[in-house]
Amino acid sequence: MSIFVDENTKVIVQGLTGGQGRFHGLRNRDYGTKVVGGVTPGKGGTDVDGVPVFDSVKEAVEATGATASFVVVPPKFASDAILEAAQGGITFIVCITEGIPAHDEAVTYNRLVEEFPGVRLLGPNCPGIISPGKCNIGITSGDIALAGGPVGIVSRSGTLTYQALHELSMQGVGQTTCVGIGGDPVPGTNFIDCLAEFEKDPETKAVMMIGEIGGSEEERAAEWIKHNMTKPVVAYVAGVTAPPGRKMGHAGAIISGSKGTAQAKMDALSEAGVHVCLNPTEAGAKMVEIVRAL
Amino acid sequence: MDLFEYQGKRYFARYGIAVSPGDVADTVEEAVAVAERVGYPVVVKAQVKVGGRGKAGGVKLANDLDELRLHAGTILGLDIRGHVVKRLWIERSSDIAKEYYASFTLDRPNKTHLGMLSAQGGVEIEVVAEENPDAIALLSIDPVQGLDLATARRWVDEAELDEVAREQAAELLVKLYDCYTKGDCDLAEINPLILTPDNKVHALDAKVTLDENASYRHPEWEEFRGDEFEDPREKMAKEKGLNYIGLDGTVGIIANGAGLAMSTLDVVNQVGGTAANFLDIGGGANADVMAAALELINADPKVKSIFVNIFGGITRVDDVANGVLEALKRVTINSPIVLRLDGTNAVEGRDILAPHLSEKLITEPTMLDAARRAVALAS
Repeated sequence: MSIFVDENTKVIVQGLTGGQGRFHGLRNRDYGTKVVGGVTPGKGGTDVDGVPVFDSVKEAVEATGATASFVVVPPKFASDAILEAAQGGITFIVCITEGIPAHDEAVTYNRLVEEFPGVRLLGPNCPGIISPGKCNIGITSGDIALAGGPVGIVSRSGTLTYQALHELSMQGVGQTTCVGIGGDPVPGTNFIDCLAEFEKDPETKAVMMIGEIGGSEEERAAEWIKHNMTKPVVAYVAGVTAPPGRKMGHAGAIISGSKGTAQAKMDALSEAGVHVCLNPTEAGAKMVEIVRAL
Repeated sequence: MDLFEYQGKRYFARYGIAVSPGDVADTVEEAVAVAERVGYPVVVKAQVKVGGRGKAGGVKLANDLDELRLHAGTILGLDIRGHVVKRLWIERSSDIAKEYYASFTLDRPNKTHLGMLSAQGGVEIEVVAEENPDAIALLSIDPVQGLDLATARRWVDEAELDEVAREQAAELLVKLYDCYTKGDCDLAEINPLILTPDNKVHALDAKVTLDENASYRHPEWEEFRGDEFEDPREKMAKEKGLNYIGLDGTVGIIANGAGLAMSTLDVVNQVGGTAANFLDIGGGANADVMAAALELINADPKVKSIFVNIFGGITRVDDVANGVLEALKRVTINSPIVLRLDGTNAVEGRDILAPHLSEKLITEPTMLDAARRAVALAS
């Protein structure tokens, strides 16, 4: 099984007619994802390489029965696009947009929670989700993933998500689902949401978690793991050598004082029984060892 | 983007928050002119983006012209924890009856805004936070609901500000919240927020961090740019649109994605090397971006080898390979380059580079191998 999405998930792409939307939307479709429509206001009735385009999410949902949406629109339109998806009946929204103002993210997140409690947002500023062989929503290159499980991956960093997939696939270890939650200040889905789903999923036997400096999500995840997780978890936290007080690209990667440092996160995870590794290669090797021993 | 105090005060003023009359000065003569305008006594304040400047001698009271000349002359050029003072803020001195603390920031775990208010503000606020956390009244604010005056009134009561200050403080807090949200701040902090002996509440300091992601809707932020006095390497990077942070090591780093770039630093460190920089080229690694990145690192005299670590996603490795070759035609790179290329079109990318490999252009199959090679070449 997979988490959040599967081979039956019908997906619309908000922004399908744009350069990025077209490239990644069609790439997702070619991977085998059921990409059933696109949404661009004013372009309803046209199509992108055979995928019908609608003027609104509501129309697209009514016509196609889609339940998931892939939001690929510029930062200033992303919050409205996410809310339109929820209003239109979408229950799983993946937003890859990078550069959304933090205040917009905070308002959008809370509006979703208050007005659309059944809706899950993944991202923004994330690589998306891939359940190898079933469904790929986002910008992950499908060929670095390997179908069949038994590992679930959850990651806060884009390229390190690919690195994690690569480390496992190279060794012949497949994945059930790989979720990139993104590194922005207000992520719609966090580590715990994914860990809880992986814990419930019978096909996922172990979980690989990729964190990075900043915030306290890894520490919170560690606390949750300690009390709830029965499956083995391998973790890597990027940014051990990052200088304190500097912002390294991700809005999420800010450290101040000792809180939020890679070391603090690694200590918390170790204490929760997680296998903490010092680099992605070591984490991959550790996971292979765990899977082989299952 | 962190603002200097004077910029923060100007930003506050846009939202109607009361600050002391004053102006900036880059020379002693300019300081004298400002002081004549606002009237003695004045406070001379070093403009640096680092805490603890008061204790470092960067804030002084001047009662007359002689004192002003003395203090302005001493503080200009002063080194405060690595930050050399190039600009002063001169403001009319305020009599202080009480010092409070107020700030708004994002509460990331709870995904709400967090207001902090204390009747015990001033330089010791961090000690207060540690030893007497109850002295700080925390307010969780739903970003959808915002902060209204009625809530602000309850909040100043809870923080036990002096009775005479409460109504003014509540109004000021609503304005500060406005500045924080409409002004797209990551942080808006006043320490101290003062009560004067004649019962006026106003901001004596301003600490503001702006969210760069919102710059598209704030053309007024332009006035804050240009005088950021940062690392010259970082200035050059900003001009070229690269996400760069200068460090002190000898291995130059180029990677795509912030996470991979951080991880590259870690791995270089683990195999016994030191990184000269953090550089994330992002998703569009074309020849221009790669040339700019290599040129930037080449300009750093400490760099002895360059580690290019690419995992193609949106970025295509063949584009990166072409970019490197194109860049090498444009700039002469002094240090050997070690590349690790994986992901989208990695095979094509490696094939493109194959005929050009030499002692100065090397590929390695994995991140660890490449890190070891780059570190060996740098030592």
